[in-house]
Amino acid sequence: MTRHQALHLHVPEPTGRPGRETDFSYLRLSRAGKIRRPPVDTQALATRDLAYGLVRVLDDEGRALGPWASQIDPQLLRRGLAAMMKTRIFDARMLIAQRQKKMSFYMQCLGEEAIAIAHALALAPGDMCFPTYRQQGLLLVREDVDMVEMICQLLSNGRDPLKGRQLPVMYSYKRAGFFSISGNLATQFIQAVGWAMASAIKGDTRIASGWIGDGATAEADFDTALTFAHVYRAPVILNVVNNQWAISTFQGIAGGEGTTFAARGVGCGIASLRVDGNDFLAVHAASQWAAERARSNFGPTLIEWVTYRAGPHSSSDDPGKYRPADDWAHFPLGDPIARLKQHLIAIGAWSEKENEEAQRELEAQVAAAQKEAESHGTLADGHLRSAAEMFQDVYKELPEHLRRQRQELGV
Amino acid sequence: MDVTEQSSETTASARCTPMTMIQALRSAMDVMLERDSNVVVFGQDVGYFGGVFRCTEGLQKKYGQSRVFDAPISEGGIVGAAVGMGAYGLRAVVEIQFADYFYPASDQIVSEAARLRYRSVGDFTAPITIRMPCGGGIYGGQTHSQSPEAMFTHVCGLRTVMPSNPYDAKGLLIAAIECDDPVIFLEPKRLYNGPFDGHHDSPVIPWSQHRLGAVPEGYYTVALASASVLRPGSELTVLTYGTMVFVAEAAAAEAGIDAEIIDLRSIWPLDLETIVASVRKTGRCVVVHEATRTSGFGAELVALVQEHCFYQLEAPIERVTGWDTPYPHAQEWAYFPGPERVAAGFKRAMQG
Repeated sequence: MTRHQALHLHVPEPTGRPGRETDFSYLRLSRAGKIRRPPVDTQALATRDLAYGLVRVLDDEGRALGPWASQIDPQLLRRGLAAMMKTRIFDARMLIAQRQKKMSFYMQCLGEEAIAIAHALALAPGDMCFPTYRQQGLLLVREDVDMVEMICQLLSNGRDPLKGRQLPVMYSYKRAGFFSISGNLATQFIQAVGWAMASAIKGDTRIASGWIGDGATAEADFDTALTFAHVYRAPVILNVVNNQWAISTFQGIAGGEGTTFAARGVGCGIASLRVDGNDFLAVHAASQWAAERARSNFGPTLIEWVTYRAGPHSSSDDPGKYRPADDWAHFPLGDPIARLKQHLIAIGAWSEKENEEAQRELEAQVAAAQKEAESHGTLADGHLRSAAEMFQDVYKELPEHLRRQRQELGV
Repeated sequence: MDVTEQSSETTASARCTPMTMIQALRSAMDVMLERDSNVVVFGQDVGYFGGVFRCTEGLQKKYGQSRVFDAPISEGGIVGAAVGMGAYGLRAVVEIQFADYFYPASDQIVSEAARLRYRSVGDFTAPITIRMPCGGGIYGGQTHSQSPEAMFTHVCGLRTVMPSNPYDAKGLLIAAIECDDPVIFLEPKRLYNGPFDGHHDSPVIPWSQHRLGAVPEGYYTVALASASVLRPGSELTVLTYGTMVFVAEAAAAEAGIDAEIIDLRSIWPLDLETIVASVRKTGRCVVVHEATRTSGFGAELVALVQEHCFYQLEAPIERVTGWDTPYPHAQEWAYFPGPERVAAGFKRAMQG
């Protein structure tokens, strides 16, 4: 009879912790330009190599290389750069406003700006994103979403379009293709698939784009979304933003150790890509590929965006307690803003001087928007929406029992 | 109030046909699939096969695979997809094969469908109808017999409905599909084929022999949040719904009590006016449901009656319910609150 040693439980552990530098070799990077670009009607199983590789366009010198480097208008790239810079400025100012107690809570997308912004620029009007709380770039890249109104939502003030019902950053902009953010994780992923199914049922041409973080892929709604998307060949892009951290839990605890999140898609019969999320050109090219595939009725694409959550999870979090303080500085995929700026300068479509001017102008824009929003009140000064509004919209019509309860509150 | 008073479009010329509850539910979906191209029907086994209880039989053939189709065995997926479809502008009517199986969909029902309108200030809504067969009496054991209505009535933003007969089932289902709020539509499966009075050893009486089995063929609605007085009476008010409606009727007859039996039909939001008027008249009240007692919807009913009718009450309010145990398989009829237990409750209320 074979004698076995005692079993032991494996609990994944990140290579880096406070005081111990991270060994990022677990990311298994590919060189820029080295990953093939299949036709958009490719079979899902034929994307297996793409789910384990890493699509990158920009190299360390800022050159655009390989089959995913498309002919992209420098004007669009400048717009993307400006939107990323604006998002970073916006986040920094809002975080300070939170520290000043003008709002209860804030969540930045520091280091992840390229993903939402380049993706948004690859979608068409009428498409619908089902975001998480770290895709504010989807809104900030648009010219038809008023920054003042967004800040009013954050401040929960008298002009908050969500009437003070939702935590800051849980925006809802149907007209801008931005589904209401729940706050519960992963629920939106299957909803995106349902929305895409509806578009197919109606014979429309619109597609959906669902978003989830690496941590929330462990929820059942993630697997359910993949099953439904595959079964009904839904016109949907399934984005997994792998920023390595879910609050204090590294991506190995969500199931990323020794495999990739993109590989889950292949297992479910979905074409899947693993892409450098800090490479604006790669994000745009992969998003365009997936959007074209969905809109051509070839079905869903799962894209794992490899990036790094450079800031804390939220204004309530202190990452210094669980990861090296300078971790982002060592992250091999760098800073998406610096990389796109480097590329634009390399192709002669941007300069340091223009960059400085843009930075100043965007800072002034955000500051002016904040000032105007604060003139309508902040959570701190008590200029809130009326408590009577608490009872509205629970049902389409106010039912009798809520009318009585509103009366009981005396509003 | 009489059910026909609630019908908004039933005309004198509307042809009535004897229907089982299954046929009435199918007819409601048929009518709505025909009238509104945004209505879609899906769930486990509902497509080609037409549902394990046959409620969607023939609908896929009539309306095509893109409007009536099978879903993977994933209640969370079914409801989550329905919420997304609602955001698009469709009206999804989904079937959860047994109410006992809704639990994996809880997050999508409670945190998503129920609150989407509220959290987005009407930017997005979830006008979905979630059908689920409920209740026991078919030897379904603890996973095919539950009555989870109180889990839904505790959630703000949901409407919870439970018809007791074919006429109401069709009118309420059409009203639910047309409603812009999410509706939980509970179907007492023991009533699918006939009005059940609780005497499980007696032969089944088919709906074709009951007045409420006569169902108009076309469109009509039974208003949500409206109760019906199944039997007017003067001595005692019975508040009940679903499977227990005809049990209560039989128990009153057997006990010789002139009970006013109110079928709530809509459990929440509910028709408080009808309830209060009746209890103020009779001065006595018994609440009857099949679900477990503790924190059951009966507790809410007792509290409401106490709040609104305290000075008219002649006796303590009685509750007759299922026991606080899982629904047993072989001991089903010891669990089920049959006519004897219900009549005993009536007598206690009369003596109090």
